[in-house]
This record gives sequence, C-alpha cells and structure tokens, in this order.
Amino acid sequence: MARAQHDYDDIPGTFVFDAERSRQGYGINMFCMSLMKEENRKAFKANEAEYLKKFNLTPAQTEAVLRRDYNRMLELGGNIYFTAKLGATDGHSFRHLAATMTGSTQDDYAKMMLEGGRSVEGNRSKSGKSGVGSVLGEQGKPKAVKAKAKAKAGKAKSVKPKSARSKSKAKRK
Amino acid sequence: MARIIAGVASSHVPAIGAAIDNKQTEEPYWKRVFSGFEKSKEWMAKTKPDVAIVVYNDHASAFSVEMVPTFALGCAAEFPPADEGWGPRPVPVVKGHPELASHIAQSVILDEFDLTIVNKMEVDHGLTVPMNLLFGSPKAWPCPVIPLAVNVVLYPPPTGHRCFMLGRAIRKAVESYPEDLKVVVFGTGGMSHQISGPRAGLINSKFDKAFLDNLTKDPKKLTRIPHLEYMREAGAEGIEMVMWLIMRGALDDQVDEVYRFYTVPASNTAVGHIILENRKKAAAKSKVKRAAAHAKTAVVRSK
Repeated sequence: MARAQHDYDDIPGTFVFDAERSRQGYGINMFCMSLMKEENRKAFKANEAEYLKKFNLTPAQTEAVLRRDYNRMLELGGNIYFTAKLGATDGHSFRHLAATMTGSTQDDYAKMMLEGGRSVEGNRSKSGKSGVGSVLGEQGKPKAVKAKAKAKAGKAKSVKPKSARSKSKAKRK
Repeated sequence: MARIIAGVASSHVPAIGAAIDNKQTEEPYWKRVFSGFEKSKEWMAKTKPDVAIVVYNDHASAFSVEMVPTFALGCAAEFPPADEGWGPRPVPVVKGHPELASHIAQSVILDEFDLTIVNKMEVDHGLTVPMNLLFGSPKAWPCPVIPLAVNVVLYPPPTGHRCFMLGRAIRKAVESYPEDLKVVVFGTGGMSHQISGPRAGLINSKFDKAFLDNLTKDPKKLTRIPHLEYMREAGAEGIEMVMWLIMRGALDDQVDEVYRFYTVPASNTAVGHIILENRKKAAAKSKVKRAAAHAKTAVVRSK
C-alpha cells in the first residue's frame, strides 16, 4: 500500500518518523538497538548481511543499511536516534552522519553550523504554502507582516543578534 | 504543603554532556556554551530545591520502539545513567522521590492524564545534561529528581496544549502533597534543530526568540502552535519544545523571568535556557484565583 499523505510531507528534506514509518522500520530500529551491546557489534561487523537476517528487513532496507544510505534508512522507517547507533558502531561521529545525510563535507557542515546553521528561508515548504496557520506569526508570512513583527520583536529583551554572533564565532574557529 | 517555586528550561544536547565528560568545557567553542550557565548554577545553589521534576525525552536508551509511552513518570527510588553506546555517563546515580512521584501519578491520573508509571528506568543525556548545566558536576546530585519522560521521538508527540495542561495538573498534585517541599520543574530539549535527513542543520533563531518571549509573557499562545509549525520552523527535532510547556504550565500565569541565555550552535542545536520564578507576593492571591478556576471547572463538568 502506498504511504498515506500528511501535511508534514510538505517539509523539504525531512522524513517524519510517524506511526506508519515506525511500523515499517521496526526491524531497522531494533537492529540498531541491538548494536548497544559489544558482542552484537562484533557479530554484525564480522558478517553484516548474515547478521541482518535476524531482523526481518525488506531487501530495500537491507541494502540501505549495507550501503549506509542514511536518508534511505529514514525513508524506510529508521529513526535517527537509532540509526546513529549504526554510525557509532562504524566509529563515525554524528558530524559524519550529518554530512552524509545533507550531501556535504564534514568541514562544510561544521562551518554552516558555526555560521548559525541552515536557514529556514527557502527550506520551509515544497509547495510554498508554509505561512498558513502559523501561530508565532512572522516566521512564514508575507514581508509586510514580517517587518511589523520584527519591529515588535526589537522591543523585547535583546539577545545578541545572529549576525554578530556568527561573525565572532567565525573568527574564533 | 509542597509548592513549585520556579521553572527552568534548557536544551539537552548530548555533545554538551560529552564536552563535560571529556573535560573540554574550557575550549573556546564550549566555553561560549557553558559560560551561559554560570549564573544559573549560582541561582540553583541559592534556590536549593528539595525536589526537581525533570521533563525530558529518552533517545532510544530506556525505550526502544517496542514500547513508546507518551508520558512516563519515574516513580523508582533511583535511576542509573544509561549506556548510550559509549558506556554510561560518569555522573551520579539519580535518586528519585518515590513518595511524591506516586502521589503525582495518582493525582494526575484521576485528573484524566493517563500517565505510564515506571518503576525501573535508566536515564540518558536528555535528563542528565540539564542537571549538569544547573547543578554542575557534584559527587552526588543535591536533590532527589522525579523524571517525566515524554515521547517526542515517534510522531505525534502530545500537543503543546496537552503538555501545558499536564503541567497544571502536576502543580495541583504537588500542592496537595502534605510535606513542606520546594519544587523546581525542568523543561528540557530544543531549541530549533534538525538532526535527520537532507535538511539537517536547520536553526531558526527568530522562532526561538519569539518562543522564549512568549514563554514568559504569553505561554497560552505557544499552546496553539501546531506540530507542523514546530517541525517546519524549528526543525523536525525542534518539536521537543512542547516539553517546555509542561514546565510552564506548572507555574503561575504571571512569572518573573530571572535569567535567559541563547547561543548557536552546540553541535547541531540552538541552545536556549530560561529561568522563571513564581512571584512570592502573589502567592496568596493566585491561590484564590485558582480556587475560583477549579470551581468553574466543576460547574462545567456537572452540566
């Protein structure tokens, strides 16, 4: 059966771990959970394909695990807190996983984070209908509303602006 | 009578725990983060709560996908740190407060919040990192802790409104406990971050700041944020912020913001932190108001 459509499928680059994916990915996640034990990590590393047979994965899920295709694992029901255990078993840092999932190098990913992270601008919606029903207001609404909200926010207790912060950090690193 | 005197919110980034455990807190990258909690530790040392209720989420440590409770209240006498794949964090065993915890469980369940009661549970960085940030790294934690684990991993987590109302119910439970105890509630997780998929690395400081402002002044507005907005604006994992609303719901409507800190990034996450105190003078007044509110509820229910 095809996956049911949800409002959150409109968020780009995001696989929401919902009840359907949780059911579909049960084997992937329980496999990852098994890697919390040293003897299981050893058994997996000794013969990956053989070890995976214990978890009733589909051929596509097995392939995603063997190829360390982290996005595909998420799409097929894996959850990041679980798949991160596979990364750790490989001796990889989380930054390595993040770089893999975002298609960037570890250095570029780290640099992006130091500069304030990935902007939400242009990353809200596949369909462009993101402002509908937004409660905190300024985030997804047209520019005129945005400017007003900004002026209001300026009056509130100030935290150092993002631009100044990222500049000083860039120097430090 | 036990009473809630203050609420604390803080991110619970695992890398912060690793930086503490690997003694990297003086490195410039980490000093920027830890320096923001110096005043908070002083505040906590002065406040000396008798019990802390820590709202947090488990990250595939105590709960796998075999069982996913929406709200799980730790009623055990102690909670050992979980092995998250690198051995348990070298932090003290967390001592519980089984009497108050079971009192809360009983009270809120009869108040129609169907908690899961947990009598054996290990706790991961979600709980221990905020404790480090507020209590430092003592040989033993200075007060007993009641963990409240919230599912924010498997969609859908409880709504922000549900979380806020649970906070209210917890407050009522605490205030009906006969022993004279000062209680601080922690809301943990967030702020904006996404650690999964091609959009990983997302940060939205505007959203975070608006959230912090409203947390103090207009938390009811925050209770209307739909899950879609959290995920879209604050990242798939930014939805953790609903947990802050349990803390906020347990406080008075009017609170004093005594401290705030925000920095980007710690690892993949925007670090947010706030301390809110109930107003001491208003205590008697709000009691009357709450009694009136309860009376109103009773009328509605009897219809």
